[in-house]
Amino acid sequence: MARSMNLVLNVWRQKNAKDQGRFVRYDAKAINDHMSFLEMLDVVNEDLAHKGEEPIAFDHDCREGICGSCGMVINGVPHGPAKSTTACQLHMRLFKDGDEITIEPWRAGAFPVVRDLVVDRSALDRIIQAGGYVSVRAGAAPEANSLPVPKLDSDQAFDAATCIGCGACVASCPNASAALFTAAKISHLALLPQGGPERTDRVRKMVAQMDAEGFGHCSSHKECEAVCPKDISISFIAKMNRELITAMSVAPNEIKSRSKG
Amino acid sequence: MQLDSRAPTGPIEQRWNEARFKSKLVNPANRRKYKVIVVGSGLAGGAAAATFGELGYNVSCFCYQDSPRRAHSIAAQGGINAAKNYQNDGDSVYRLFYDTVKGGDFRARESNVYRLAELSVNIIDQCVAQGVPFAREYSGLLGNRSFGGAQVARTFYARGQTGQQLLLGAYQSLSKQIEQRTVKMHPRTEMLDLIVVDGVARGIVTRDLVTGKVSAHTADVVVLCSGGYGNVFYLSTNAKGCNTTATWRSHRRGAYFANPCFTQIHPTCIPQSGDYQSKLTLMSESLRNDGRVWVPKNLADLQRDPKNIPEADRDYYLERQYPSFGNLVPRDIASRRAKEMCDLGKGVGPEVAGVRRGVYLDFGDAVKRLGRDAVAERYDNLFQMYERITGENPYEVPMRMYPAIHYTMGGLWVDYNLMSTITGLFVGGEANFSDHGANRLGASALMQGLADGYFVLPVTVSNYLAGVKPGGVDESHPDVRRTVGEVEARIQRLMSIRGKRTPESFHRELGTLMWDYCGMARTEAGLKFALAKIPELKAEFYGNLSIVGSGEEYNIMLEKAGRTADFFELAELTCRDALDREESAGGHFREEHQTEEGEAQRNDDAFSYVAAWEFTGESLAPKLNKEPLSFEYVHPSQRSYK
Amino acid sequence: MATQKALTLLDTTVGKKAALAVSGVILFGFVIGHMLGNLQVMLGAEAYNAYASGIKSKPLLLWGVRTVLVAALLVHTVIVLELYGKTIAARPVAYKVKKHIATSYAAMMMKYTGPVLLVYIIFHIAHFTYPGVSFGDYDPIAGDVYANFVNAFRIPWVVAVYVIANLMLGMHLYHGAFSMLQSVGLSHPRYNNRVKNIARGLAFLVTAGNVLLPLTVFLGLAK
Ligand SMILES: Cc1cc2nc3c(=O)[nH]c(=O)nc-3n(C[C@H](O)[C@H](O)[C@H](O)COP(=O)(O)OP(=O)(O)OC[C@H]3O[C@@H](n4cnc5c(N)ncnc54)[C@H](O)[C@@H]3O)c2cc1C
Ligand code: HEM
Ligand code: FES
Repeated sequence: MARSMNLVLNVWRQKNAKDQGRFVRYDAKAINDHMSFLEMLDVVNEDLAHKGEEPIAFDHDCREGICGSCGMVINGVPHGPAKSTTACQLHMRLFKDGDEITIEPWRAGAFPVVRDLVVDRSALDRIIQAGGYVSVRAGAAPEANSLPVPKLDSDQAFDAATCIGCGACVASCPNASAALFTAAKISHLALLPQGGPERTDRVRKMVAQMDAEGFGHCSSHKECEAVCPKDISISFIAKMNRELITAMSVAPNEIKSRSKG
Repeated sequence: MQLDSRAPTGPIEQRWNEARFKSKLVNPANRRKYKVIVVGSGLAGGAAAATFGELGYNVSCFCYQDSPRRAHSIAAQGGINAAKNYQNDGDSVYRLFYDTVKGGDFRARESNVYRLAELSVNIIDQCVAQGVPFAREYSGLLGNRSFGGAQVARTFYARGQTGQQLLLGAYQSLSKQIEQRTVKMHPRTEMLDLIVVDGVARGIVTRDLVTGKVSAHTADVVVLCSGGYGNVFYLSTNAKGCNTTATWRSHRRGAYFANPCFTQIHPTCIPQSGDYQSKLTLMSESLRNDGRVWVPKNLADLQRDPKNIPEADRDYYLERQYPSFGNLVPRDIASRRAKEMCDLGKGVGPEVAGVRRGVYLDFGDAVKRLGRDAVAERYDNLFQMYERITGENPYEVPMRMYPAIHYTMGGLWVDYNLMSTITGLFVGGEANFSDHGANRLGASALMQGLADGYFVLPVTVSNYLAGVKPGGVDESHPDVRRTVGEVEARIQRLMSIRGKRTPESFHRELGTLMWDYCGMARTEAGLKFALAKIPELKAEFYGNLSIVGSGEEYNIMLEKAGRTADFFELAELTCRDALDREESAGGHFREEHQTEEGEAQRNDDAFSYVAAWEFTGESLAPKLNKEPLSFEYVHPSQRSYK
Repeated sequence: MATQKALTLLDTTVGKKAALAVSGVILFGFVIGHMLGNLQVMLGAEAYNAYASGIKSKPLLLWGVRTVLVAALLVHTVIVLELYGKTIAARPVAYKVKKHIATSYAAMMMKYTGPVLLVYIIFHIAHFTYPGVSFGDYDPIAGDVYANFVNAFRIPWVVAVYVIANLMLGMHLYHGAFSMLQSVGLSHPRYNNRVKNIARGLAFLVTAGNVLLPLTVFLGLAK
């Protein structure tokens, strides 16, 4: 049976990138425990709008835990208290009447705040642009079954490829490192024969871009793995490190440093 | 205007080849001079933009999300069809073609469907080469499953995340082109209008969702891949941002809108839990392979713990009504029977707006028969997802399911080349109406989006560009300035109403109206009622809308208001189309037109056509244009599942 | 693009971490040897002094090792400064509420235990090696390492400093032993746990041995 509860929210409000920003307290009244966390915010927003106050901006789209749009730090944990769960799939039954909830945007220099809980994650796109692909023009592909891939490799590649690019890894990391995100794409493609030909260049360029964007380094805190909605393992970070060390030592040519943006 | 489908004639197997050979080419050295706009970065748009970039055109790609990787295509779970016949179970291009025309209830164009089936095999090659980790067997070769009741196993899949993996493949190719500077990506940018100069599409007007800046982007060709309009029903399985603005605004500029009433329902979605519900979540159809659908026989049992309801008091209505297919009847039948049960007051679960909308999908027998481990092996991830949302454990308590809007077959009318009725405006993916007729088969939308994006549009758009001179229209052109002015005026109008109701509440009310009267089952009276009601609600919208903040900033209410405004107009057209189509076909079910068994009854003599609606002016009735359909290869027949 | 130059491994955070790990391994190896050597204090004055003069009698080896160690320490320190110089800027605005749900106390303390170790290492060298300092009413005797050891660790606060510093070292190594494997890319699903346990086991033994050393005098194991 549905429970109803009253909550107090402490929400980061920031009008735009230049605004200072501040926490504002809101009452969330009569929240049904079947609501998702974002539905709870919808209710608060409708309420704010009725009072002529600007609603709280947050990114969201699929609300099914797959597009990677949503993301906010809920009581100190990116995506909130449920393991392997995005904020949009978090449900209010995990909270109780009277709870006070602090909601903050992802915090990282490479993720400037756009408004309220919305941040600019284009740095992650630029890491992929640096080399997170297989260069195969449409139409140039060989017959799909001409290259068998051991099931185990393919499964492992999938475990890495399942990343939704939400940025929770960066948000959770004490160093604001994007190592898990970058490693996941590098590993996905390095584990498959299709990714083979561009392997050395890919890892060098992607790591260079990751650094250029101003993310911190990896100190093996494992926070990223713990909050990752897709349970991506930090063993992929070890794999990225191995890939880079090998690539940098054996590649015949040099690559250039990269810049942000 | 006479609708010319430009579909080639001759043997169907050779049509696409012929068309490709006949299409004109642009000299590689000149391609850079042509500016191509692609709206949308889903499977269709992402693939198209990447491919145009590879060909060397000067591409601009737009999406409303913060990254092209987040397009709605990402949510597709089940899989993608391709006539590879890797299972040696008798599949072929022809069979996929046949199944798709038949599945579409004979309301699609044969030439297009054949091309789709033909290209399906290239798609799999392309995606595998990109590193898409499709399911594999221990041999290292690709695995397949049978999907949505197909007799052959032709569906390729990547766990329950096929759409995600395919989209990431396209996104990665797109990223490479962005790096190479052949594609300029414009995320968080919404197309609000189409620029038409002398009857030719020459660009779009956009609003930067962060700064609110309205700007014009001119081009030599515009390609819309902006997805479907399922959110006209408010609650659907679509992503929250899915909208009709790009297609509707183009419609108002002269692109015909085809078959808007062909909308698809998915039978197994998690029911609404309250009036705050923001969207519905689809649960894979595969659940019906082992789950048994039932409702209590006695109204007194509705609130009772289902575990305590004895076998004798359960109505396994699908097994009762369809002894040979049982729980595996097609999507539309399963959906309508569920609705009937709930309309009879036999629904289960929470009461929302006075009705319990849900039926049980019970795994109790499956657990007894196969054991809990075997059931977990097949469905555990789905069960977890269900439990996360509902807080109920499907191993213990039967799941509750209810149908929801899932896909829209209708869309902008396009010819064989995917060009709309506006010269220079091409439409791909779910945004067009082209390949699925009145009903889409499972795992065919991904196929269509990628076929359009990787293989069809690159040929047909090049052919078009080869016939035009690049450039000639820029931001200072009077028609461009006028269109920008109109967009600004529209935003101004919405901002200045300063009423009391939020855009969200209007959208919700419109959606409920559409679902009730233009949803799973439609009647003349209901549609007429909706057609009377929508304008009233729309009038209230323009009189009592409230948007807080300004237009020159990130404003989620303004975004929502613009999309809702366009949904109002599309809703009206959808109801009109549904009223006009006096037959039942695929996803369009008119209660007046059913067989004695309650099956959809087509009327091929009168309605074997594409209804292409023409915008004639503000508050004027739209004009119906018909593209007659002829079937040379697959002959219309009535289906039966009894 | 702004200033572009050819990129080397050491320009990247990943490469820097690998160098940090390698220098860490060298230091780790040394502390193991250093501990084993000094535990000989429990064998009595003769054996311990013989061990010490044995080392002194091979100046080439001694200075070779010392050079490598100073280099490793230098590399380790410089890289830490480089990495953290950048990483501090990676989160300009802190969270109001932040929970750590996976990391360990040891890991969070690395950036404090490290500098403490640096100070401690300097102190320790000054104390016993060069110039050799007395904190009590005795004079260090060149050549009688055993006496110096016993005299030094009769003083409670000196013992406390050493014990605390070595607990810090233990913490540093507890996380470092795992992290260095990640940094150089040693990860394999079949061996991960084993390798990690061995590394952590070593870290534990080093800590136990090193904490025992300053306590030997009080415990009567050296006198
Ligand atoms: C839950 C679910 C599961 C599904 N499962 C399957 C399946 O298993 N198999 C299958 O074949 N199909 C499935 N489908 C259907 C399929 O996913 C979609 O039909 C298909 O992905 C649509 O792709 P698209 O490229 O046409 O559009 P979309 O992916 O919807 O992309 C639309 C793009 O247009 C952009 N856009 C929209 N409006 C504007 C605007 N005004 N301005 C700027 N940009 C705009 C968006 O940002 C986005 O990038 C499923 C659908 C759902 C909802
Ligand atoms: C006996 C001396 C030392 C030993 C054996 C040692 C060992 C190690 C090891 C093995 C690591 C793990 C490397 C990795 O993560 O890849 C490490 C990390 C670290 N060391 Fe040391 N170290 C010593 C001295 C120091 C000193 C003097 C400093 C201070 C300047 C220091 C600061 C650090 C820091 C801050 C880290 C963590 C870096 C990160 O964020 O990942 N260490 N150390
Ligand atoms: S909204 Fe898509 S992952 Fe949360």
